[in-house]
Amino acid sequence: MDETLAKKLRILADAAKYDASCASSGAPKRSARKGELGSTTGAGICHAYTPDGRCVSLLKILLTNWCLFDCAYCVNRRSSNVRRAKFTVEEVVRLTVEFYKRNYIEGLFLSSGIIKSPDHTMEQMNRVAKSLRRDHGFRGYIHLKTIPEASPWLIEEAGLFADRLSINVELPTEQSLERLAPEKDGASIQGAMAQIGERIVEAKAERRRFAPAGQSTQVIVGADATTDEALIRKSAHLYGSVGLKRVYYSAFSPIPDGAAILPLKSPPLQREHRLYQADWLIRYYEFTPDDVADAADEGMFALDVDPKLAWALKNRARFPVDVNRAEREMLLRVPGLGARAVDRIIQARRHTTLRLDDVARLTSALKRARPFLIAADYTPGGQTDRLDLRARLAEPARQLSLF
Amino acid sequence: MTGPTRAVALAPGADLAGFRAAVRALVAEGVPPERVAWSVGATSDLFGSAPPAETGPLRLPRAVADLVPMVVPHRDPERYALLFQLIWRVRAGERHLMAVPSDPLVHRLNLMRKAIGRDLHKMHAFLRFRRSEEAGVERFTAWFEPDHHILEAAAPFFVARFRSLTWSILTPDASAHWDGAALRLGPPGRREDLPPGDGFEAGWRDYYESTFNPARTNLKAMRAEMPKKYWRNMPETLAIPALVRGAEAGTRAMIERSPSVPARRDPARAVAAMADQDPASLDELNAIIRRSEPLVPGATQAVLGEGPVGATIAFVGEQPGDQEDRKGRPFVGPAGQLLSRAMQEAGIDRGASYLTNAVKHFKFEERGKRRIHQKPTAGEVSHYRWWLDRELEFVAPRLVVALGATAVLALTGKAVPITRARGPFQFERHHNRFAGFITVHPSYLLRLPDEAKAEAYGAFVGDLRRVAELGRELAG
Repeated sequence: MDETLAKKLRILADAAKYDASCASSGAPKRSARKGELGSTTGAGICHAYTPDGRCVSLLKILLTNWCLFDCAYCVNRRSSNVRRAKFTVEEVVRLTVEFYKRNYIEGLFLSSGIIKSPDHTMEQMNRVAKSLRRDHGFRGYIHLKTIPEASPWLIEEAGLFADRLSINVELPTEQSLERLAPEKDGASIQGAMAQIGERIVEAKAERRRFAPAGQSTQVIVGADATTDEALIRKSAHLYGSVGLKRVYYSAFSPIPDGAAILPLKSPPLQREHRLYQADWLIRYYEFTPDDVADAADEGMFALDVDPKLAWALKNRARFPVDVNRAEREMLLRVPGLGARAVDRIIQARRHTTLRLDDVARLTSALKRARPFLIAADYTPGGQTDRLDLRARLAEPARQLSLF
Repeated sequence: MTGPTRAVALAPGADLAGFRAAVRALVAEGVPPERVAWSVGATSDLFGSAPPAETGPLRLPRAVADLVPMVVPHRDPERYALLFQLIWRVRAGERHLMAVPSDPLVHRLNLMRKAIGRDLHKMHAFLRFRRSEEAGVERFTAWFEPDHHILEAAAPFFVARFRSLTWSILTPDASAHWDGAALRLGPPGRREDLPPGDGFEAGWRDYYESTFNPARTNLKAMRAEMPKKYWRNMPETLAIPALVRGAEAGTRAMIERSPSVPARRDPARAVAAMADQDPASLDELNAIIRRSEPLVPGATQAVLGEGPVGATIAFVGEQPGDQEDRKGRPFVGPAGQLLSRAMQEAGIDRGASYLTNAVKHFKFEERGKRRIHQKPTAGEVSHYRWWLDRELEFVAPRLVVALGATAVLALTGKAVPITRARGPFQFERHHNRFAGFITVHPSYLLRLPDEAKAEAYGAFVGDLRRVAELGRELAG
C-alpha cells in the first residue's frame, strides 16, 4: 500500500467518521465457499474500539469527500476548507479485500459526497459493491449509504449487492432541513426510504436477495432545537412506516472548519445516550411513544436518570411488581430488569419460587430494581413511595467533559 | 454415601472426549460427584490403571448436552466437577434444572459458558493476521493469547471465513493450520514466528487513527470492550497513547477556532446537477437500461424496446424469452412470430409500431440444456416499471396495448383479470395517462390445445383489428 493511497485513506476515513452507524448485524448467515472470501455471523463483530469507545466493525470510508451540497452540519460541505480526495472504485475494493483478509473488518460501509450528479455517485458506489461480490467472491458485509436524490433504479440496484442500505434523515424537521441543508429535500428522503422499504418487503416475500439486513438512518442530535420527545416520535414513525431496522442518534460534534451557523461545543453525549435508551424502550420493552413522552419533562429526558426509571418514578402507583406473578409486560417496566433478565425470571418461576437472592443472580442491577419489586421473601415496604427515591437512584453527575 | 474416592485425570486443555468417557463410566458404576477427584494431568489416566468399562452414550436433556462443550474449554480447575454435579442432579430427577437459571450451580455454569462465549467472540474479533509470501503463494499467520482453551472451538469460524486462504493461528497452548482443505492442530506456537507487518498493517493503523473522533473520547467504554490485555497483539493499539494525548487539546482548539471564510463554490451547480441527471432521450434511457443489473441473475443482456419514437401504437409484452435474450431484440421468438402474423392479418404495420416488454431481462430455470421461461414476480415488475414509464413518455404513443396480465400489472400497478378487462382500457400511472387496450399475450395462444387454438387466434386477430381501428381514430 503506497503513500498516496494511505493519504487518501486518512482523508476519507476522517471524512466518514461522523456517521454513527457501524453495525455489521442482520445479514443472513453466510460462509465462504471454494474460491470465495468472507462470511457473516448474524450478530456482527466489533473488530476494535477507538478511544471514543465506539466500535470499528466495517471499513467506514467515503468514496470522495468532494461534494456539491452545502449542509451546514457536515464536515464535507461544499463551502468547507477541508482537504479533499477521491478513491477509485478499484482502490476501495482493494482496501476492503486486504483489510478483510487480515481480519481487521467485517466488511465495507461506503458513503460518498455527491460529485457530478447523484446518479453518477450512486453508480460508482454500486460498482464497488458489484466488483467485491462478482470479481472477488466477497461474502462479507456491505453497507451502502444510499443517495436519496439518485434515480430509483440505482437505489434498487444497490440493494442487489448490499446487506444494508441507509439514508440519513439527519435533521428531524423540514424547517431545520431547509435552514441547514438547503439542497436536501425531506420529501425525496422519505420517498426513497419508503421505496427501499417496499422493495425489502417484496423481496422477502418473493425470496429474493435485496438488502437482507434492512435499512437504517441517522439523525443528528443538538444541531437544531428539536426535543427528545419529537425525535423519539419521529423514530417510532419511521420504524412503523418504512420498516427501519435502526435509527442512529448522533450527537452533533464540532467539526474542523465548522460553519458559523452552528454551535461549536462539546457533543451532548449523555443526551444521545438517553435517546438510545428511549429508542430501546420502544423496540424491545413494549413502551409506546406516549409512554416514552411521559418519561420526559417538557419533551426532554432527564440526564441523571434513565428514561425507564424516570417513567417508573412518575408512575409509582403501578409498583411494586411481584416477580413471581406479574405479566411480562409489567416486568419489562421494572427499572434494572433488562429484557433478558425478564425472560429468565419467567423461565425460572415455572419451576421455583423466586427469592431476592435468586433475582440477584438474574440481573446485574438489583439496586435499581429493589424499590420496585416484590419477591417471595421481600417487599420494598414504603421505599417505592419515598420522596428521596429519585435522588438515591440517580447516577452521580457524570463528568461530561472530555476526560 | 460412602466409598473410596475415585481419581479421574483428564488431558490438559479442553478434554471433551475424556470427560464424556469418564462421565459414562462414573454413571454406569454409580459413583456420585462427592466421591470423584478430578484432575488435569499430562495423560488421560482414568480410574488409575483400570480401563473404564465400555458404556453407551448417556441420554441428557438438550440444554445440558449443549452446555458441556461450552464449559469444558474453561481454565477453572473445577469445571469438570461442576459439570458432573449438574449431570448427576439432572439424572437424579431434576430434569428441568437448566431451566432454573437462578439455581447457584446453574448460575455459575452459565457464567462460565458466558466467559467462553466472550473469549471466543474476542478471539474472532481481535485476532490479526499478517501476510507473508512463499514462492508466490500468500500465507496468513496470527498470534493470539486466549484466556481459555478455545483454539479448537474458535477455528471453524476462521475456516468458514477464510476458506480459500492458507493460514495458521499460533497460541501459547496449541496451534491450528488451514491449508485450504483441512484443519490440522499442532503444538504451541511462538510469537517470534509471526512474520513482520506490511504496508496494509500501517494503513490499518492510519485508518484507526482517522476514524477516531477526539471530541467523543471515552476511554472507559473502550477498555470495557477491548481490555488492555488484548492490546499487545493488535497493531492499531500502538496509536492509542498519542491519540489520547492529542484529543483534548485538539478538540479545544477546534471549538475555539472561529469558522474560516467559507470556500466559494458555485451553489447553483448542485441543483443543476440533480436536474440534469435524468435521461433526456430514449437513447439515453436505453443506455442506462443496457448497463443495468438484472434483478434476477442469469440474463445475457437487457432487451430494449424497438420501433419509432412517436409510433401511434405501442405493444407491451411480459419479458424477453430465450430467443429474445440471445438476439437482444423483443418479440423474435415463437410468440413474437405469432404476433407478427396476427398484426399483419389485422392490418398493423409492425415496423411502424413500438414493441417492448414490462420486464427487460429474461428470467429462466435451467432444465438440462433448455432454459425454461419463468414468470416475473410482482416485485420484479415494479422494479422495471420505472423504465417502462419513462420509455412510454419518450415514445408518446396514442394507444398502448397490454399483452397479457404482466403488462397490465406494469401499466396499472394492479392485478386486473384479463378475461374481464379485455378490450379498451384507460391506463393511468403517476402522471402518465394513456388510451389503452387489453388483450392476451401471444404465448398464451401457443400453450392452448390445438382444438382451441384456432378460435382463440381468431379472437386475438379480432382484438388487433379493433386496436388498428382505435389507432386510426386516435391518430386522425
